[in-house]
Amino acid sequence: MKTDITGAVAVVGGGIAGVQASLDLANSGYKVYLIESGPTIGGKMAQLDKTFPTSDCAACILSPKLVEASRHPNIELLTYSEVLAIDGVAGDFTVKIKKKSRYVDETKCTGCGDCIEKCPKKVSDGFNEGLAPRKAIYLSFPQAVPRIMTIDPENCIYLSKGKCGNCAKVCKRGAIDYAQKDQKLSLKAGAVILAAGFEAFNPKGLEAYRPEHPDVVTSLQFERLLNASGPYHGHLQTSKGTEPKKIAFIQCVGSRNQKLSKKYCSSVCCMYAVKQAVIAKEHDPEIECAIFNIDIRAFGKGFEEFYQRARNEKKVRFIRSRPSCVEANPLKGELRIPYENEDGSIAHEEFDMVVLSIGIGASESGKELARLAGVGLTGAGFINTSIENPMSTNRPGIFAAGAVQGPKDIPDTVAQASGAAAKAGALLSPARGTLESKKEFPPEKAVAGEPKVGVVVCQCGTNIGGFVNVPEVVSYANTLKNVAVAREEMYACSEDAQERIKEMIAEHGLNRVLVASCTPRTHEPLFQESCRAAGLNPYLFELVNIREHCSWIHQQEPEKATEKAKDIVRMGVSRVRCLAPLYKQELSLGHNALVLGGGISGLHAALEIAENEFEVLLVEKEPELGGLLRDITALQDGRKTGKILLPLLEKVRAHPLITVMTGSELIEVNGSVGNFKGRVRDREDREQEVSFAVAVLATGAEELSPAGYFSYGEFPNIITQSELEAELEGDFKAKHVVMVQCAGSRNKERPYCSRVCCITAVKNALRIKERDPSVIVHVLYREMRTYGAWEELYSRARAAGVRFIAYSDTRLPWIGENEVRVYDEITGFDLEIEADLIVLSAPLVAPASNRQIAPMFKVPLDSNGFFLEVHIKLRPVDFATEGVFLCGTAQAPKLVDESIAQAAAAASRACTILSRKSLESSAVISKVDTELCVGCGACEKVCPYGAISLTEVLLQKQGVFYKAKKSGINPALCKGCGACAMSCPTGALDQQHFKNDQLLAQVKDVFTYSEEVR
Amino acid sequence: MEPEKTEISKSWEPRIVMFCCNWCSYAGADGAGIGRFQQPASMRIIRVMCSSRVDPVHVFSAFLEGADAVLITGCHLGDCHYINGNEKTLVKFNFMRSMLKELGLEEERLQLNWISASEGEKFAEVVRMVTEQVRQLGPSVLKPEGVA
Repeated sequence: MKTDITGAVAVVGGGIAGVQASLDLANSGYKVYLIESGPTIGGKMAQLDKTFPTSDCAACILSPKLVEASRHPNIELLTYSEVLAIDGVAGDFTVKIKKKSRYVDETKCTGCGDCIEKCPKKVSDGFNEGLAPRKAIYLSFPQAVPRIMTIDPENCIYLSKGKCGNCAKVCKRGAIDYAQKDQKLSLKAGAVILAAGFEAFNPKGLEAYRPEHPDVVTSLQFERLLNASGPYHGHLQTSKGTEPKKIAFIQCVGSRNQKLSKKYCSSVCCMYAVKQAVIAKEHDPEIECAIFNIDIRAFGKGFEEFYQRARNEKKVRFIRSRPSCVEANPLKGELRIPYENEDGSIAHEEFDMVVLSIGIGASESGKELARLAGVGLTGAGFINTSIENPMSTNRPGIFAAGAVQGPKDIPDTVAQASGAAAKAGALLSPARGTLESKKEFPPEKAVAGEPKVGVVVCQCGTNIGGFVNVPEVVSYANTLKNVAVAREEMYACSEDAQERIKEMIAEHGLNRVLVASCTPRTHEPLFQESCRAAGLNPYLFELVNIREHCSWIHQQEPEKATEKAKDIVRMGVSRVRCLAPLYKQELSLGHNALVLGGGISGLHAALEIAENEFEVLLVEKEPELGGLLRDITALQDGRKTGKILLPLLEKVRAHPLITVMTGSELIEVNGSVGNFKGRVRDREDREQEVSFAVAVLATGAEELSPAGYFSYGEFPNIITQSELEAELEGDFKAKHVVMVQCAGSRNKERPYCSRVCCITAVKNALRIKERDPSVIVHVLYREMRTYGAWEELYSRARAAGVRFIAYSDTRLPWIGENEVRVYDEITGFDLEIEADLIVLSAPLVAPASNRQIAPMFKVPLDSNGFFLEVHIKLRPVDFATEGVFLCGTAQAPKLVDESIAQAAAAASRACTILSRKSLESSAVISKVDTELCVGCGACEKVCPYGAISLTEVLLQKQGVFYKAKKSGINPALCKGCGACAMSCPTGALDQQHFKNDQLLAQVKDVFTYSEEVR
Repeated sequence: MEPEKTEISKSWEPRIVMFCCNWCSYAGADGAGIGRFQQPASMRIIRVMCSSRVDPVHVFSAFLEGADAVLITGCHLGDCHYINGNEKTLVKFNFMRSMLKELGLEEERLQLNWISASEGEKFAEVVRMVTEQVRQLGPSVLKPEGVA
């Protein structure tokens, strides 16, 4: 093992990109320093109300990731910290950071918030985009991680004037430390991932849009206005306190703007504006929403469908116009927008609120970080990367992820973050596991005899204690059967309380522990770990919730709250008495991967996994590797495709850990994560058994043959973009080219947008112009979706004289052999265009073979036949089936660099499994008592995971042998829902930790008898 | 057996046993707390991983122990953490409701509602609504003597 490689990674930036990269690396055997300049991790995503196109609550899907990152033994969270320097070389960097003073002792603060209440100083709240006040001592947002207060020294009265000191007085834990100083730290890391995010455009300079008007808000402010924890608790209102009836959204504020030298498209604004309009209408269906746009760029998976629903069902208006200004009527206070209608007439329309859809921009801090790291930037200030290496910067060992590399949405950010983790993991693989921390625990005590329960009731400052009479609950708990000791804690979750719980277990010889405090969904693992540290099996612990479920919701009825708290404690004690120790089962696993599909995604996925030092079997059904890219002759950046494809093929073929099987198809799969078995058949019908621990589906997509659209097939001079790609490398003679976009997509049969065609068309139009500037090129489009940095290609094409003509889906162009007739939506003229070559931009479609592959792996397809990931936002390359991943155009159409990022992401996700020594099954799974099982099969039918199977066994009773069916559970597949336990008629099947007797014990003790009859 | 519709005192608080699934409705209950959405102190929550775990035995035991009502909650249809557990819950719920009449109980004493992790306010509303409905019905006829 090399000693000069450090098995640690510094991740700079604690937004969703940084968190995802950290989790992947920490789960693959590396130590991670997650460095965040703000007081909490979560980044911009934490500010969002909902996410497009599923309208998922952003906080709900983000919070679990934040908690996981903060609890991970391999992740060291360095919040409120800034990078000062990155020295050294790949494998051996020294990262110097400054940990800024919070004036709060991180080890003592419990985040109770008593200090906030007493702080007299109100300042503008950055998290709420200045729409609400916060105090000088603050927690950025309610679910902030870590939950530690920060004093803002500029606004703190004590720190600036030496007076006040309220927070120190009120803090019962003595956590306030006005004398705290900044600290400098030096970290050793083998690789660095830059994930510093973006800065939203500040519209201050665009005075014509009246950004200072209280009812002209930015889109981020609008997110906060919609949010339930925002300034108005989710009740959308104008500055006058009235409900808005008409809202305008102005697109491309701070993007697609030459004057501001923001030439790129910000990629996300169209979709978030559509989402915001839809959500506003969900708040109040009477609200009218109008979105002023150049084109609506709904190019991602499910985006076009969402956009069409907003247009057709929610009646959001889309106005194709870029208003030059917003006028304010000083008398009526209304906002007015003058704009040009599609017929050229000028309209003036009044609105109650105007939302400026501000673009993603490069942040100053991101640029400074890039300077410190010595990595190059693009003209727009984003970190510069190449198409074939979308995560790698020009400095080896330093990678980029997320919006710091360019505008992108959440799934692309998450994919790139995982991809960067794969790159860092590959670089450091000789040192994998060298700095990993494993928590060490003493041996478990045997649990025998009568239950001896210890009860801890938490005051949670005044959160519980202010409404529930905690001492009364404690003395009541002391009267309950089997309770050996009961006591209260001010903050049961604090570090010192953990020590007291461990002492209590030892002192009283406890074999069960109940804590009555807050929700087990966040705090159970903490107490379980303390129990385990005291030698108690973690499943002998129970956490009951007397805060969210009691003190906080019965604030006007303290007596009833106290009675309810007693009931909750009694039910908890009844349950904890019946709990039994449980163990996770260790399952063996293989350490190799199957990659299905040898296109650009499959090749990269295979290579990344192999570079992480795991074996890969790459199966491709075609006789040759390369996939779709073989039909594409040039990349968007002008280079020949061969420049990136050939070296890649060379690397894959030469890699000792990769076995390539071309001309082969996977025909059968059995087993589960860690131990899949399959059969591969080649062209000569020879079959071969294969086994693999994880699988990556990279089956790609194909260009639709657009027969039936725009006269395709009727004349030989009507071709597709991929046919044009070939011609451009050979004998290209056309003088009058017309390209037609959306030839077979965004229609009834294929409602989705194929994402890549606009960029491909622009790229090829430019290639034609470069060959011969005298060729006349027309592009007939519905909406030009040249998103991100590729907007620049669109500008260049227009400058080169390519003519763009918008057509409407209600008046499709007519295509003849030498002529095209089209109604120009923007000028309102019917045009006749001479054409000797007509190029149709046909969409990418899912291959029919997906229908055979999906059931083999028990993974779903979406309505367009592409594979459907488990979570469209935060798990873009995962399936619900553990150990199976997807990437590239198998998921949806995407560009080459996006496919490569996703491929690396799938590799990273695969490595989180491959790097484990063994797999652990969940302990909370079902078990069968074979004595009681009658083999009816009811459980097998209800199990959604196929974890239960009936097997025939030979039994003997009183000397007679007979066959019977018995149910058996595969612990690797059981997810622990308990549906089978409910279905079992004999009680043979029971769910561990939620056994019938455990649940019934709770049910029986919901009520007490008034005279203690029992 | 006719339930006695004698005067129900205004201060009478129904006792309702509520089953919450770990992923949605229990989180919704947490959300109600975080949002401080005030509710009557009538519910006693039992957490299960999935609403499909709730067995008729648990439900009827609750009635026999003195519950005035039982409320089962889970993720919205299509959102189940366990693919389709809540669909099984729905089937079972309809079956249990039909049995309720046999026991001489009103249908409304067994309720089913879907509450997502983000619907704290809805959670509180459901608690208020069900509590009010049960208050109108009065104490359950199955309530054993002496139960508070």
